[in-house]
Amino acid sequence: MSGMLQSLWRYRHFVLSSIRNELVTRFARSKLGGLWMVISPLAQVAIYALILSNLLAARLPGIENKYAYAIYLMAGLLAWTLFSDIITRCLTLFVDQGNLLKKMSFPRITLPAIAVGSSLLNNALLFLAMLGIFALLGHDFTAAMLWLVPLAAIVAAFALGIGLALGVINVFVRDVGQAVPIVLQIWFWLTPIVYPSGIIAEEYRRWLYLNPLYPVVEAYQRTLVYGSAPDLGGLAYLAAAVAGLLLFALLLFRRAAPEMVDAL
Amino acid sequence: MNALVADNVGKAFRAYRSEWHRLGRWLGIPAVPAEENWVLRHVSFAIARGQALGIVGPNGAGKSTLLKIVTGTMRATEGTVQAAGRIAAILELGMGFNPELTARQNVRHAAGLMGIAPAEIEAAMPEIERFAEIGDYFDQPMRTHSSGMQVRVAFAVATAWRPEVLIVDEALSVGDAYFQHKSFDRIREFQRQGTSLLIASHDRAAILNLCDRAVLLDRGRVLKDGVPEEVLDFYNALIAERESRTVAVERLRDGRARTVSGTGEACVEEIALYDSNGRTTEQIDVGETVELHVRVGVRRPVPTLVLGFGIKDRLGQMIYGTNTWHTGQVIERPQPGEEYRFVIAFRANLGVGSYSIVTALHARDTHVTGNYEWRDLALVFSVVNREKTQFEGCNWLEAKITYERQQRRILQSV
Repeated sequence: MSGMLQSLWRYRHFVLSSIRNELVTRFARSKLGGLWMVISPLAQVAIYALILSNLLAARLPGIENKYAYAIYLMAGLLAWTLFSDIITRCLTLFVDQGNLLKKMSFPRITLPAIAVGSSLLNNALLFLAMLGIFALLGHDFTAAMLWLVPLAAIVAAFALGIGLALGVINVFVRDVGQAVPIVLQIWFWLTPIVYPSGIIAEEYRRWLYLNPLYPVVEAYQRTLVYGSAPDLGGLAYLAAAVAGLLLFALLLFRRAAPEMVDAL
Repeated sequence: MNALVADNVGKAFRAYRSEWHRLGRWLGIPAVPAEENWVLRHVSFAIARGQALGIVGPNGAGKSTLLKIVTGTMRATEGTVQAAGRIAAILELGMGFNPELTARQNVRHAAGLMGIAPAEIEAAMPEIERFAEIGDYFDQPMRTHSSGMQVRVAFAVATAWRPEVLIVDEALSVGDAYFQHKSFDRIREFQRQGTSLLIASHDRAAILNLCDRAVLLDRGRVLKDGVPEEVLDFYNALIAERESRTVAVERLRDGRARTVSGTGEACVEEIALYDSNGRTTEQIDVGETVELHVRVGVRRPVPTLVLGFGIKDRLGQMIYGTNTWHTGQVIERPQPGEEYRFVIAFRANLGVGSYSIVTALHARDTHVTGNYEWRDLALVFSVVNREKTQFEGCNWLEAKITYERQQRRILQSV
């Protein structure tokens, strides 16, 4: 395991320049370039806000701003975009880079590192764009938003754990690549992102705690919408579980890496 | 000192009844593979510093797998490969190039992939730019490059740092003739500085030119390991004899190996070279007209009989060759017991050196199908220069040189 981290350190420049290249490439030939990766989630926000705000806005308690629902949506989507982006990238990572893996010898761990780095960078840009919109809507920056740094780390680690394990399995069982987007879509609607958890009937609400993503999405919403600190108790459990999952995924990856080339 | 040692390398592709068994095995649940397919087994060789080893063999012999194992992209199932330093591979030039980035940015990326530190990359950048010789295109997006330019950049970056072991796949024939020479020179220069080469190629000339030794792989096993000429002759015979007929190798006095193969319906009974005075000879003069006499015996009935012959230089490269199919002298329905005497007259416009004659008896235009007999090193002769002017190279071209003194031109001012 330490060997893996050492080689990652040795290739840190390569990882960083790859992340930069990806960004540069996005801007290369389109006029709006990288803005598109911000525009598409924001368009999603606009669509949901237009369609659902009348339905759901009334149910968002304890907030004065009339654009509260839009802000709530953005908070949840910020977390979800990072989560699903990393999983989707990792899922097809090894299959897509099959040719490179077959021909070049380099630390394989750099590939997921680049994917996570790129996603984090995109997400940071999305956050900046959202801050701009928050300002327009009269929702100011608060110190509580700094909680986003550890929160994003938890989301990224969680997504990497899932994505890496599934990405490895996808090399051998390609059905995984088809099934995961469907599962992700269901998961999205099972998480209170578009709707507030308050609309779920009281007796079913405890089921939400079976969704491991719920505590961290809720923490995003607390810090961004209400400007208050997240519930650290629930997050601590999640962080510990995520650490275990990530360790498991890295072990699986290390075991599987030599055999991956055989199946590509 | 050995730069690369492969010891009993083997590779098995394992199939499981279900892929879930494979996953289970990583988690420590024992699972027995349903099927093991060994594509490489008991392969051992060593390459000394500065030596070049050629790997030859038919498609599916395991060459690519072996190269992948040496490169490190694939792990051997058994055995080990040990290298005395950095291994670089020119396997697939231009892997991972991004068409939207400039050549310079792609060079940084590709060199990073090779594990080179940024400072070293920048230090080598002017040299890479100089070697690629693509001018202003070096700072243009790669999608605007011709494929030849991309190959130049790829080769320049792949060989910017001298590795201890350089692996060369078919990629040797990259770019235009000019760049091919240039890349060849660079590989040779590396070799002089101590880089060992591992070359897999179907190009006979490349193997003979560059390699000190060759290994013939077939169905994942080492079939032959020796000097390139001998191994290539054996390989050649093997191609013709895929239907498992005999290949005989006999040792000549000078230690070289004569490979004779074929189905044996007809064979060369006797072969001799006659000089212009009608005497048999093994040493001829540059430009001398000589006759090659070949006596062919027919053993079993065949529909057609073609005699081919070729002259090869010391390294085994074909200098000239033709056959009676091309000259329109096919013998129809020769009968068992018959004998034919062929006289092949030619002017030996060859450079000084040792040459060999290869003969082939077959049914049609090539020996690949219906090969009755293929005989490498059927006869060895040498060419000496007694009368002609001194010259270099493998051909006597009788160049005439004239010159005259030019009046110096004076530029007039306007």
